[in-house]
Amino acid sequence: MDALIIDYGMSNLGSIRQAVEEIGAAVQVTTNPADLASATHIILPGVGAFGDAMTNLINGGWVEPIRATIKNDIPFLGICLGLQLLADDGEEGGQHQGLGIMPGTVVKFSPQSGERIPHIGWNEVQIIKPSPLFERVPDRTEFYFVHSYYFQEQDNRWVIGRTPYCTDFASVLQKGNTFATQFHPEKSQGAGLQVLKNFLNV
Amino acid sequence: MYNGLKTRVIPTLLWKDVGVVKGKGFDSWRRVGSVIPAVRVYNTRQVDELILVDIEASKNGDQPDFETIKDFSNECFFPFTVGGGIQSTEHIKKMLRAGADKVSINTGAVSNPQLISDGARLFGAQCIVVSIDVKKVGNDYHVFTHSGTKDSGRTPEAWAVQAESRGAGEILLTSIPHDGEMNGYDIDLIKKVSAAVTIPVIASGGAGNYEDMYQAISEGGATAVAAASIFHFTEQTPLEAKEYLAAKGIPTRKRFTLAT
Repeated sequence: MDALIIDYGMSNLGSIRQAVEEIGAAVQVTTNPADLASATHIILPGVGAFGDAMTNLINGGWVEPIRATIKNDIPFLGICLGLQLLADDGEEGGQHQGLGIMPGTVVKFSPQSGERIPHIGWNEVQIIKPSPLFERVPDRTEFYFVHSYYFQEQDNRWVIGRTPYCTDFASVLQKGNTFATQFHPEKSQGAGLQVLKNFLNV
Repeated sequence: MYNGLKTRVIPTLLWKDVGVVKGKGFDSWRRVGSVIPAVRVYNTRQVDELILVDIEASKNGDQPDFETIKDFSNECFFPFTVGGGIQSTEHIKKMLRAGADKVSINTGAVSNPQLISDGARLFGAQCIVVSIDVKKVGNDYHVFTHSGTKDSGRTPEAWAVQAESRGAGEILLTSIPHDGEMNGYDIDLIKKVSAAVTIPVIASGGAGNYEDMYQAISEGGATAVAAASIFHFTEQTPLEAKEYLAAKGIPTRKRFTLAT
């Protein structure tokens, strides 16, 4: 079980590295897209704005190598902004193209009944479809979220978990061996560590 | 529609050197333990989040102690916010690199509000917490900086609105005279600030029991409650606080156990 973490200048990689080490896996953090070719499990973390992140992915030469590993069905996990980047596009700070893996777009929450934005704190994930990612994770387990934008899917085939905030938004995705969580597993204590373990067991 | 977000109960650790301290009204500090063991305990007890504040940094104009934060973050598999002495985007960057999930900015934001805008643009609104310390001057609430020693002349509502419009992701609102007294939060203050902004407001200062927390949330409209003394000086715990709140209809996070 090895995890390769993509360092494209958008994230605090310390906590994800710590979390993966905590579950007993070896971790490599890389700034070199060529490393993706030999990886067994890839993690795309990220906090910050969609547009800046895509710019960094493009300038760092990540886009094609990421698309290629996903096409080859190498286990891949996008976390938070890393989930959003898999979309076709995002509207944060202007319209930006995403990686185009998951059909849909990333939009800002519209409060329905006084919900405060950002969505910060522990919220539940309702399991929509069984997945290896949810192994030993009960339905409606709470995870830690912190975001103002969410993924609005065009195709609900890839939505495996939903979270109720402003709308029942798609919080966990799976398409083949490509997984993504809007929550932060590395900050979700035991529940989060279990999700990371499940991913590394894929 | 149903909203599944849980109300957070957040322990606050104030530290000086390597010791956890607690005072009253931002003064008369008592050492109550060491930081890393406290972080470990909170980790095993599944606290929702943790706020760590270096109380000396802003008063002395020191740089934040990034190395020590790194040691703390190695123990933290839950979200934590760090405050104290943050004056620049370089400080924010180093703090996030050291493992903090969010930074809490107080004096640095009042003296340079542009720091909020720059921080939110560079690192995302979600990691910029604007901490507002408040004391009454005559009949009016005023925002104080430098660990409660300097009156900024601003009102908390106006400052919170400005912080929000500049991109702050959360407000950490502390009543200085209530701090450490364990006689309940300043509900009136929480009401005013919660009504003024649409970002989350964390109420701090004054929790003496779980009912005080309930009042801050149900009466004051706080999104989350922070507390220190109650957890240092009494047998009360964040977990019990959440059970109490849940029994009174405030949704809180359940304890996680693996399914078999």
